[in-house]
Amino acid sequence: MDLSIFLIQCLNALQYGLLLFLVAMGLTLIFGIMGVINLAHGSFYMAGAYMAYALAPVVESTVGGGFFSVIALGVVIAVLLGYFLEWAFFSFLYDREHLQQVLMTYGLILVFEELRSILVGDDVYGVQAPEWLSGTIALGDVMSYPHYRLFVSAVCLVLSLGLYLVLTRTRLGMMIRAGSSNREMVQSLGIDIKLLYRIVFAAGVAMAVFAGMIAAPISSVYPGMGNQVLIICFVVVVIGGIGSVQGAFLAALLIGVVDTFGKVLLPEFAGVLVYVLMAVILLWKPNGLFKAG
Amino acid sequence: MRYLSKHTFVIGSFMVLALFPLTASTYGMDLVSKVMIYAILALSLELLVGSTGLVCFGQAAFFGIGAYSVVLLSPMSQGASLLWSLPVAMLMAAAYALFVGALSLRTKGVYFIMVTLAFSQMAYYVVHDTDIGGGTDGIYLYFRPELPGIIDLDQPVQLYGLILGSLVLSFSWLALILRSRFGRALAGIHANEQRMRATGFSTYPYKLAAFVISGAIAGLSGFLFAVKDGFVNPEMLSWHLSGSLLVMIILGGLGHLRGAVIGAFAFTLLEEFFKSEAIFHTAAKHWHLGLGLSIILSVVLLPKGLVGIPEQLSNWVSGRKTTRATAGKQ
Repeated sequence: MDLSIFLIQCLNALQYGLLLFLVAMGLTLIFGIMGVINLAHGSFYMAGAYMAYALAPVVESTVGGGFFSVIALGVVIAVLLGYFLEWAFFSFLYDREHLQQVLMTYGLILVFEELRSILVGDDVYGVQAPEWLSGTIALGDVMSYPHYRLFVSAVCLVLSLGLYLVLTRTRLGMMIRAGSSNREMVQSLGIDIKLLYRIVFAAGVAMAVFAGMIAAPISSVYPGMGNQVLIICFVVVVIGGIGSVQGAFLAALLIGVVDTFGKVLLPEFAGVLVYVLMAVILLWKPNGLFKAG
Repeated sequence: MRYLSKHTFVIGSFMVLALFPLTASTYGMDLVSKVMIYAILALSLELLVGSTGLVCFGQAAFFGIGAYSVVLLSPMSQGASLLWSLPVAMLMAAAYALFVGALSLRTKGVYFIMVTLAFSQMAYYVVHDTDIGGGTDGIYLYFRPELPGIIDLDQPVQLYGLILGSLVLSFSWLALILRSRFGRALAGIHANEQRMRATGFSTYPYKLAAFVISGAIAGLSGFLFAVKDGFVNPEMLSWHLSGSLLVMIILGGLGHLRGAVIGAFAFTLLEEFFKSEAIFHTAAKHWHLGLGLSIILSVVLLPKGLVGIPEQLSNWVSGRKTTRATAGKQ
């Protein structure tokens, strides 16, 4: 493997890992704080990708287009959607058993998947990257790397840093971290836990949708994309340790590296490598790399 | 509802299933055979999830291993003997369960769910990406296993009988297990594992034994599935099946063996219902929507699953009686 290929794979691994982190972050917070195993989280990623495809013409005709207006509109819809879903489907489930919640979110996956099929259809679509990012950067003599992928990595990095600052430096972040380690105590200190739940859920949905939207030009948009990402994100969440944001970050990058280099070096074992990694890590550390709290 | 005890319900249901071939079409027989195989598989998972509290997300691997064993071990020119092919399929699945259980029982909760998923995905990729089982295309079973002169599984009625017999035996065996000292220990582990350890039970061997038994029964259902369809493919080991199985037993009602059977029937028949073009015409291709909404509705209305309906009904009736009685007093 020569240097430029190695570099390109490193960049790919970084970009994939960061994208996974955005989705897994919502999942780990929703699980860590609300105690809900949300199987429908992958559907939000899918919804984001389809929004990037379907909203573009609408935005084009009203405000005259623009990649960022599409994303902004998508994120606003996502926050509203998350707020509504938490209110309508999750808020009465908190005292039920975990497995009842699993059943509910499984039902939601089926509903989302079918609504997508009714609204947009079952075809695979491509989404154009914005024009000013469609160029490539030269790496060595023959290889090149698309600007858009670099842009995605940069955006994810900035967003992750922002989230880190919100979680560690603000009052809201403090409440979220406290809720993650001891729910009853937070409640007894007079913090409105219901509102906190709703904010966390809406933020998690928004991040998954955002990740789906910026991933759309790279991965194209296809049915079932949500389920694929869901399982990998669960792997990220448990490897990192449930509820731990640093853990999820590290695990996402680890999965990015293993998956990307696995596909290049051991193509016949690429699929299974991620699971072997998870099994080994959990047998070594049964509570994930970072235990939350 | 009080008069319909759970024993009469179970025995009655099995009798209805036994009489079903007298009236059924080929399609009906095939559908009910498929559902009964899923019911056996769901029972095996119920032993882990409902009775012991171990949420296993990799049951499809044991199912698939049972199915692939019979196909790969059958001779090319004739059917294998039922006498050894059935036990071998169960043994192979149980052996993998022993391996998976021994390692994954070190973890707990969601971590356990994900480790069992990981091991089932490994089995999935082995048959999916290598040539031992025909890769992604799957592989055919040319001759069904047989017991010359006694059992000929090419006869649909005999095949149906074998499947029904397996279901009844699995159900009874599990019912006996759960009433034994071993089953009581599993119930104790489900309720409070720490306290069980404090009372002097080493819980790990109990959980491992439950895992192996569950794997063997799942292997049995995989064997039956391969024999019924004469075909296996990697999708039998996919996590989608493991997920659907969990949905079946939760829908039916956890903590009851009959819940697993009821759940398997309800889930598969709901799916067939929403897929039916005769009822829904062109909307039938969007059958996921109906299935998903019914599942959500069941979560909202039936917190104890389908098994809990009689109790909910009688509570509702007696609740109305008491309100009427108190209203009369005033």
